[in-house]
Amino acid sequence: MSTGNMNLTLKVWRQKNNKTKGALVDYKLADISPDMSFLEMFDVLNEQLINKGDEPIVFDHDCREGICGMCSMFINGRPHGPKDLVTTCQLHMRSFKDGDTIVVEPWRAAAFPVVKDLTVDRSAFDRVIAAGGFISVNTGNAQDANNLPIPKMQADAAFEAAACIGCGACVATCKNASAMLFVSAKISQLALLPQGQPERYRRVQSMVAQMDAEGFGNCTNTGACEAECPKGISLENIARMNRDFASAKFISEETI
Amino acid sequence: MSDINSNIPEGELTSKWTKYKSSVPLVNPSNKRTIEVIIVGSGLAGASAAATLAEMGYKVKCFCFQDSPRRAHSIAAQGGINAAKNYQNDGDSVYRLFYDTIKGGDYRAREANVHRLAEVSANIIDQCVAQGVPLAREYGGLLDNRSFGGTQVQRTFYAAGQTGQQLLLGAYSALERQIGMGKVEMYTRHEMLEVVKIDGKARGIIARNLITGEIERHFGHAVVLGTGGYGNVFYLSTNAMGSNVTAAWKAHKQGAYFANPCYTQIHPTCIPVSGDHQSKLTLMSESLRNDGRIWVPKKKDDNRKASEIPEDERDYYLERRYPAFGNLVPRDVASRAAKERCDAGYGVGASKLAVYLDFKANTERYGRIEAAKAGNHNPDKETCMRLGTAVIKEKYGNLFDMYAQITGEDPYETPMRIYPAVHYTMGGLWVDYNLMTSVPGLYCTGEANFSDHGANRLGASALMQGLADGYFVLPYTIGAYLSKEISVKAIPTDHPAFVEAEARAKGILDTLINIKGTKSVDHFHKRLGHIMWEKCGMARNEKGLNEAIQEIRALRAEFWKDVRVPGTADELNTELEKAGRVADFIELGELMCIDALNRNESCGGHFREEYQTEEGEALRDDVNYAYVAAWEFKEGVNFELHKEELKFENIKVAQRSYK
Repeated sequence: MSTGNMNLTLKVWRQKNNKTKGALVDYKLADISPDMSFLEMFDVLNEQLINKGDEPIVFDHDCREGICGMCSMFINGRPHGPKDLVTTCQLHMRSFKDGDTIVVEPWRAAAFPVVKDLTVDRSAFDRVIAAGGFISVNTGNAQDANNLPIPKMQADAAFEAAACIGCGACVATCKNASAMLFVSAKISQLALLPQGQPERYRRVQSMVAQMDAEGFGNCTNTGACEAECPKGISLENIARMNRDFASAKFISEETI
Repeated sequence: MSDINSNIPEGELTSKWTKYKSSVPLVNPSNKRTIEVIIVGSGLAGASAAATLAEMGYKVKCFCFQDSPRRAHSIAAQGGINAAKNYQNDGDSVYRLFYDTIKGGDYRAREANVHRLAEVSANIIDQCVAQGVPLAREYGGLLDNRSFGGTQVQRTFYAAGQTGQQLLLGAYSALERQIGMGKVEMYTRHEMLEVVKIDGKARGIIARNLITGEIERHFGHAVVLGTGGYGNVFYLSTNAMGSNVTAAWKAHKQGAYFANPCYTQIHPTCIPVSGDHQSKLTLMSESLRNDGRIWVPKKKDDNRKASEIPEDERDYYLERRYPAFGNLVPRDVASRAAKERCDAGYGVGASKLAVYLDFKANTERYGRIEAAKAGNHNPDKETCMRLGTAVIKEKYGNLFDMYAQITGEDPYETPMRIYPAVHYTMGGLWVDYNLMTSVPGLYCTGEANFSDHGANRLGASALMQGLADGYFVLPYTIGAYLSKEISVKAIPTDHPAFVEAEARAKGILDTLINIKGTKSVDHFHKRLGHIMWEKCGMARNEKGLNEAIQEIRALRAEFWKDVRVPGTADELNTELEKAGRVADFIELGELMCIDALNRNESCGGHFREEYQTEEGEALRDDVNYAYVAAWEFKEGVNFELHKEELKFENIKVAQRSYK
């Protein structure tokens, strides 16, 4: 099936479920094309495993366009692999060399327990959003969209924060498994927009409380999250969240 | 000739919806609290419906197969969402959006549904902005618009190349808010495997917990499927890897008619296939056709680099053939034109199955404008290109980056190579005006239904339809049914109908595991995709379709004898999930070919080679085929045709022309 000429050794984390221990298992792959995506290389490997009668490696993936945030491989010690600003599904084999050994592990964080092989449970992120990552507006209550002009710079800044795909690379790369970049991106998006003001301080408090309850670690400003984020979400968001969180402490109860 | 009732309300087209929604029976708040609604799918159509119904007070359960509702494939929509706001003062109106959509759909959609869609389109934008969706804005702080194919106004709202993501995250946040309040119970990593029917009505679903493999029974007074399209029947498409027809197909097998399955949208601007390893295709947004010009060399088999081919040796074939709409003709027209050039030997790139999408002219134009803004009224070419590239980068940066990442080429330097790919399916479960399928109590929204796009969907209309259905249509129309169900108590799930449906679902899983054949699921999926693309793809003919039907039947028999599904059914088993989906795709593929064979005309995305004008345009047969083909599933794998006649009372049906 493959048409290329790269030979690779893969060391892949295999773990049957969250009750059993896992381990790295070695696989040899031949004739890999540099034009393949990293996940297509895994498709080739899985096809070979199935043909041999083995169980294929389970990994999360869906859109394969870098936007759904489902793919989540920790490749050679980096979430989404060696290239900046791409997800695993958009990583191509031309970023590797013939003869390379590639180590592939799942996201590792207490709040993201391994489900099977390279698949982890990221439902903690949903619960953080459910705690306040929204504007409380029911369907049918909206005024005409252009009744609320928003300066372009402000709208663009909100958009940049909103570009987060919720993949969890920030957590996976952080030595504290902190989710501050993810949480602050949503808080920033809404804090930068006029629609987000009424609930601004209540939101930051409830989302941070939920983040802590999920078992994510604290932020020690190493900046690894920003460096590894496939969507380039900025550390400024964390600063903004911290400001809002601190401000919330000094604002009277009635306004929260 | 209709033998099915679409329940379109009486009255003037323009006041039908307003009047109807004011007279739909209501369910009082205390009754809503005891009425349960199941929503399958958490994309734009599912999440918006789940959030809205919960806000109204219904008890909602929502299911998705992904690990989070935020990952549904609506997230990948790039270009934009249409709305008849007329913010650009360019003559847009509800009527014009309605007209463009009917015409774009090649006169194969229902007038009443499409008009309603156009009416609520403006509300969607208002709702999304209120939710904090960061749509693109101008310096004055007002919303920006751009053009999409098949229209001559600018009515498309957008958020860079991530419009679907931003709209879905808006709907997702509304959904999570309801989850947080305990008003929606969310079931992630669950796949619907059966519809449960009691006394002819949909009363629940059987779902598999994909982590534990456990089979679960869920009751609902009504069931809503917002489960997306079936483009993955072609194996290679722009759909997500997990996108599937299973929920819709199981509903079909329980009596829901499947309408117009052959209407497939082949999107003209996708990154070409690079090899056998390819697992999916990637779209380059239609919005790029605002600023990109499509061309091929005038000389056959021209092997020169794009930059070495002088201007007068380039054939801008869309501008040549369709001067009025140029590069912004509808998708079906643009796709066929690309195929025509490549088939004739003018294709580019290594495979020769590609055409150029070139941004140079508009980059230079933008650069000139930027230079003038800075006071330089006589800029040199290099300055223009430098300034213009910055403008292009702001508009389409993420798409250009994606292209570079996938192909290894820099689209700022050389034109993109593009080719058509399967993108969207206009067909789907048949629904009436209320979005109810032919099974009472079973509803279908978004791409999963057939309703609004006729034989070809216009760009930026999928997001519009998904959100229209979920926020503004279904929450009203479902009241017509639920208001009669208020006395029905929740049915315990040990009812024989649940037991029987569960046994059916389990039976299929066990069979798949126990075949223990020699070939992987992907092996069969690829072969199915090949048959579909070659014989039921961009162009179809009687001979090919007849062959395809036979080949698919043989493939089905082979699949059930020889597929290999490793592992067990009581664990996370992605091969088992895929096997169930591919089994359904194989049956659907046959129906698509049967439908394409039945429709002896060309319309929109359905192009039968036997039926074309002298200029190679689609030739409709309005006398014999102005109907919706709604297929009923019959024992074995057989299908019976029902027809819903399409009546055009407000639009003059004409040969579509974009010249």
